[in-house]
Amino acid sequence: MSLFAPLQTWTSLDTWIILIGALAAMACALPGCFLLLRRQSLMGDAISHTSLLGIVAAFFVSHWLVEANVISPATELSVRHVAMCLGAAIVGVLSAWMTESLQKFGNVESSAALGVVFTSLFALGLLLIRAVADDVHIDPDCVLYGAIEMAPLETVGASGIPRAVFVTGVVLVINLLLTVMLFKELRLSAFDPALATTQGIPAHVMHYGLMGVTAMTLVAAFESVGSILVIAMLIIPPATAYLLTDRLPRMIGLSLLIAALSSVLGHVSALTLPTMIAESVGIPDVHDASTAGMMAAAAGFLFVSAMLLGPKYGLVSRVWHRLLLRLRIASEDVLGGLYRFEESAAASADVSLATERAAWLRSLTTQSWLTRLATWVLLRRRWLIGSGSDVQLTDAGREAARTLVRSHRLWESFLAKHFVLGTGRFHESAEQVEHFLDPALLAELDQDLDRPGVDPHGRAIPN
Amino acid sequence: MCDSSLLAVDSLWELFARAISLRDYNTRVVLGGTTMLGISGGLVGTFLVLRKRALAADVVSHAALPGIAVAFLLAERLAPGSGRSTSVLLFGAFASGLLGMAMTLAIRRWTRIKEDAALAIVLGLFFGLGMALFTVVQRTKTGNAAGLSNFIFGKAASMVASDVWLIGVVSVVIAMLCCGVFKEFSLLCFDEEFAAARGYRTMLLDWLLTLMAVTVTLIGLQSVGLLLVVALLLIPPTAARFWTNDLKVMSWLAAAIGGVSCAGGVVLSAAFPKLAAGAVIVLSGAGLFVVSLVFGKERGLWPKWSLQHQFEQRIGRSDLLRACYELLEPIHGSRETTQESLTKYEIDDLELLAMRQWPSGRFQKLVSSAVRERLLETNSTGGYQLTLRGAAEARDAVRRHRLWEIYLLTQTDLDPRLVDRGADGIEHVLDPQQLADLERQLDSHLPQGIPPSPHPIAGAAIN
Repeated sequence: MSLFAPLQTWTSLDTWIILIGALAAMACALPGCFLLLRRQSLMGDAISHTSLLGIVAAFFVSHWLVEANVISPATELSVRHVAMCLGAAIVGVLSAWMTESLQKFGNVESSAALGVVFTSLFALGLLLIRAVADDVHIDPDCVLYGAIEMAPLETVGASGIPRAVFVTGVVLVINLLLTVMLFKELRLSAFDPALATTQGIPAHVMHYGLMGVTAMTLVAAFESVGSILVIAMLIIPPATAYLLTDRLPRMIGLSLLIAALSSVLGHVSALTLPTMIAESVGIPDVHDASTAGMMAAAAGFLFVSAMLLGPKYGLVSRVWHRLLLRLRIASEDVLGGLYRFEESAAASADVSLATERAAWLRSLTTQSWLTRLATWVLLRRRWLIGSGSDVQLTDAGREAARTLVRSHRLWESFLAKHFVLGTGRFHESAEQVEHFLDPALLAELDQDLDRPGVDPHGRAIPN
Repeated sequence: MCDSSLLAVDSLWELFARAISLRDYNTRVVLGGTTMLGISGGLVGTFLVLRKRALAADVVSHAALPGIAVAFLLAERLAPGSGRSTSVLLFGAFASGLLGMAMTLAIRRWTRIKEDAALAIVLGLFFGLGMALFTVVQRTKTGNAAGLSNFIFGKAASMVASDVWLIGVVSVVIAMLCCGVFKEFSLLCFDEEFAAARGYRTMLLDWLLTLMAVTVTLIGLQSVGLLLVVALLLIPPTAARFWTNDLKVMSWLAAAIGGVSCAGGVVLSAAFPKLAAGAVIVLSGAGLFVVSLVFGKERGLWPKWSLQHQFEQRIGRSDLLRACYELLEPIHGSRETTQESLTKYEIDDLELLAMRQWPSGRFQKLVSSAVRERLLETNSTGGYQLTLRGAAEARDAVRRHRLWEIYLLTQTDLDPRLVDRGADGIEHVLDPQQLADLERQLDSHLPQGIPPSPHPIAGAAIN
């Protein structure tokens, strides 16, 4: 069976699922960016647990209102949705406040305080939900895992548009508006809370406001997509974007994009991957996997990709750049060595010099693979000609070597002029710095030293 | 609902009695195993909390989920029917829990993402992946009955004797190991550099601690569930911290709290089958936590508050008595005040109030508590008079105040207008030894008895 066979049965239902997932994920990613920067990532996770208590409370309230004939059973559902959002926001802010109070008054370390509060409140919510499950038709599994596959089936009126699209869309728009309107304040209090306070931005209002918005977003989203997806989407897309850019607006934009992309990738892979893998290991009858779970996994996949392949902070690019740098240094050392031998040969006709040079060249080939690679690259570039222990500088190679030796000796002269160091120390420092001096700096050094002809050891500085 | 619960009272009571009296073999077995689990969780958690690592256990438990699913699928594939064996599932959980731990370390080591976000990312990714795999498990033929979801919410009652034996034995081993390396672990928690300098392998110890935490987390999955198992490691030590500053006492107390809350949870959930064991265990722990938070001897709120209250009472009392003395002092003229002479004059409460800017409510409270303690007494005309004890204390208070004032005036460059306020703050914390020192130092400046005030007294000047 082909990998994409399941996609041939694609329906509008699948499109709706992707849309709902993307909207929910994007709505979560917005507050997530600021949670990440404020180092409160786990706060979002904790709130998503404790919100359960708010949801249960909302069920109690709406149930009680119907029993007391305050509202009609017909309107119970809409009252309940509003109550759920409110309840979750209240419990979210409450758990943030309890955590902070435990830290302040009880001297409890911050992560322990967070852990104690969220496990206790979550356990309470779980207990209540189990105790009343028969009465209020609420399924803890459903709250936790969501039922994004079923979400498109519940539509609004005759429009055919799923209710979940409206809910997640509205939350996304609210979060976007808040982010744009409070951008300056959010940015300042995320990066420099002390400065934000001195500028009159109340730290407490920002903190609890963010917690409240996060809680409300989480509940609105996990009603339709489940809390797993929400926990993942809160932090993973912003963290991925954080690895790709240094600008906050770009980070927010990228995290929205990544959130949407994870939704698409997640649903497609939920339809295709499990079948393929299950068939290859011989487990029959597996057609798909939980879409919410796969969306979270897709976001994780994107994160790992960014961690490995990111242009600036990616592991591969960092290793590659280090390799290039080491290669450049190794080849420059080869060039410099050859140049110095040429220099000595021009100055004296000592025969031992030739044997010394040959020995040095032989040692190059037996040295590290890096030096061998460097020599190979230099030969390819035609800065060296010959082979094995019999190589010569070409004109281009000599030119490069001259610049290097010039850097080395100018730096030694500079150190001799400005620092009181034993002469033995100049060489080691210059050996490192020679690779990093650019032409502009060289010109400045030259000027500072009044265009010296020789270095402290009395050797000519090439032009 | 009401009817059914009324009808159920009899059988409920019977259930409760059965559970309490441990008549069921199964309850006894589960109780024993889970209590051991709580004890070892408290012991290991002590060190984990002190190292501020407790939330890592939450990540480990969530990360175990995909491992459980994969282990089930593979075991079913290789030997149908073996997938439900606890040891197979725990092995999978162990592998993927460690993988999750390794991934957080990798993210922290190789990217610029901070610890909290690294934990949140791994949690979201593994949990999502686990959910996706779980749906796959449920769609296989044997998956439905696998009861794997017990790992998520926990179900102590579902454990069979062999599971309990496994948990019990592992717990005992861990508790013994914890005692064995107690000294090394305490060094690791309080002064890692010192431990390293003493030649301990801190890296190895750290890994040992992590491994023990992972093990406790995973064997706790079945009874408490992966959403809440972190509470076993987190709540008992955090609660124990309120009672003591001694690590040894703290770890035993944590073990006791862990054991008691686990035992209580098992008994309660056996009595009321509707209550999820995991949630009840966590909530019993949370109850003990709240008790510790309020009453804990070393850091609890009540002892701290009452200490502060007593101190404020003492300050208020000595301020009041000093004001009485200073009010009566001018009446004596040039005569020396004695304990007896002070008791002879009536004190007008309005004049007394004018001596110091007390809020009137506080003033009333101070006066009535002084009357209650027989420092002041009401006379026949409704005014107040000092008792002998009150007069003695008043003389002491004035003496302390004025000694310090004279010290500030003669030995420091303080502005004379500020000495009154300076003395106000310090007079209450001078102990007898310091008073004697002060007297010796000020010998040349002191007249006999109580020195006169070096500055005009505010209230007296008004008269």
